[in-house]
Amino acid sequence: MYLPSPWRGDFPAIAALQGQHQTYLDSAATTQKPQALVDTLTHYYTHGAANVHRAQHLPGALATQAFEATREKVGQWLNAPAAEQIIFTAGATSALNLLAYGLAAQFQAGDEIVISALEHHANLLPWQQLALRQGLNLRVLPIDSAGVIDLDAAARIIGPRTRLLAVSQLSNVLGTWQPLPALLQLARAQGALTVVDGAQGVVHGRHDVQQLGCDFYVFSSHKLYGPDGVGVLYGRPDALARLHPWQFGGEMVATADFTGASFRPAPLGFEAGTPPIAGVIGLGATLDYLSSLDARAVGQHEAMLHAHLLRGLRDREGVRLIGTPTCALASFVVDGVHHADLAHLLTDQGMAVRAGQHCAMPLFQQLGLAGAIRVSLALYNDSDDLGRFFDALDKALELLR
Amino acid sequence: MSLPDAAQAAVEQFHQAGGWEQRARLLMQWAERLPPMAQADKVEANRVAGCESTVWLMAQPVGERLHFTAASEARLIRGLLALLLIRIDGLSPGELDQLDLPAWFEQLGLGRQLSPSRSNGLNAVLKRMRQLAAP
Repeated sequence: MYLPSPWRGDFPAIAALQGQHQTYLDSAATTQKPQALVDTLTHYYTHGAANVHRAQHLPGALATQAFEATREKVGQWLNAPAAEQIIFTAGATSALNLLAYGLAAQFQAGDEIVISALEHHANLLPWQQLALRQGLNLRVLPIDSAGVIDLDAAARIIGPRTRLLAVSQLSNVLGTWQPLPALLQLARAQGALTVVDGAQGVVHGRHDVQQLGCDFYVFSSHKLYGPDGVGVLYGRPDALARLHPWQFGGEMVATADFTGASFRPAPLGFEAGTPPIAGVIGLGATLDYLSSLDARAVGQHEAMLHAHLLRGLRDREGVRLIGTPTCALASFVVDGVHHADLAHLLTDQGMAVRAGQHCAMPLFQQLGLAGAIRVSLALYNDSDDLGRFFDALDKALELLR
Repeated sequence: MSLPDAAQAAVEQFHQAGGWEQRARLLMQWAERLPPMAQADKVEANRVAGCESTVWLMAQPVGERLHFTAASEARLIRGLLALLLIRIDGLSPGELDQLDLPAWFEQLGLGRQLSPSRSNGLNAVLKRMRQLAAP
């Protein structure tokens, strides 16, 4: 069955890549960008760049207006109660590091931080290093064979010593949604702070942070069809009040003399230095574009393509899926074939897929795998992309076996 | 500098290869020709960091010269390693230092295997080789 993407033409790079015989199936790493974003960046840079929150002049006022308008749009996208709860960072990793440093004062030696076995390094290492610095215990929630956090184990591990729970919404390796409502409930019952890494989850469907009830939600712009260099941190007001500034300088300062300084509250107090102005304005354009799409149609298209991907992989002998992916992507290995060999021959045939451990080395250690191939989808992919991928896979396996 | 005989033969083979499929077949043939490394030598100290698939590389002095052995879990990498070793076979450390190894892979039409975004680790292997050969 042919599954065309009605939005493919909105992403000029897809045609350009096809012109270079490249089939882009690595959107979980980063996405291609809509024309609307490119136009907005061009407009900003050709009509007058300016710094934000500093200048009284017209270009400064326009840049600040567009910058702050994006804060509103991000707030609306996540259904945050107020735009002031949206902090811009350099990326999702940067947002998680801000939390791990800015919340340091909330922990005492012996306290526990709980993460899961499937975390991306970005939601593991900041907490691991915080635990090492302050003598905290990092507890790891195990996952089941499908690739979902084990709730029974979570109920045993999340306890009175738990001060913070940090988990992914959607796994970047396994393509599995995690049982956030139950997990967040367990953490809240212990009075622990909750952090959701939405880097993958935010790209698929709309998520309501109020409904989720997390204290913090993190995502990166570039995985959501926006510019790179921009991350978003949403926080509940009482949680943001517990966060200390991490980086200093620029307009985050309220008053300063040579012996001391006081700082602004969120969001500006956490946006030290000149922020990625063009990137933030570009993210606003991307959100406008995404808001203009029929969300149900996008969801259906992605679900059908994903089913097509899983069917094709399951039909092939010796192909072993990792976990039971339910959205956006699938990682797999092939019996008797090294993933690096397969990656080599897929690359030779112009397949832009990811190979390796996908920034989740501890997960791969647990799975007992040296690496895997990951195919990840976006709204601009169509069934022809998958057709070319399966042809390339068959040819590669024929050669290697 | 003239090429060793085996290297000259490899150049001719790869020049005749018409496309990616034939190059892949040749790499797999060369993989079979990589002399095996003793299991006891496949230890952390000989592991080349920065490779997607595990690669081991060791150098043993034979008189004035260094004799390299290499191994990998991945077949196509073994092929690349075999092609590397035939090019440097019998060189003195001074000659090895002078040798433009990326140019060698370019000559074979395999230059893309050395692009910085490649995670196959061939670049890391070349770097490690230079360290081992350094006086």
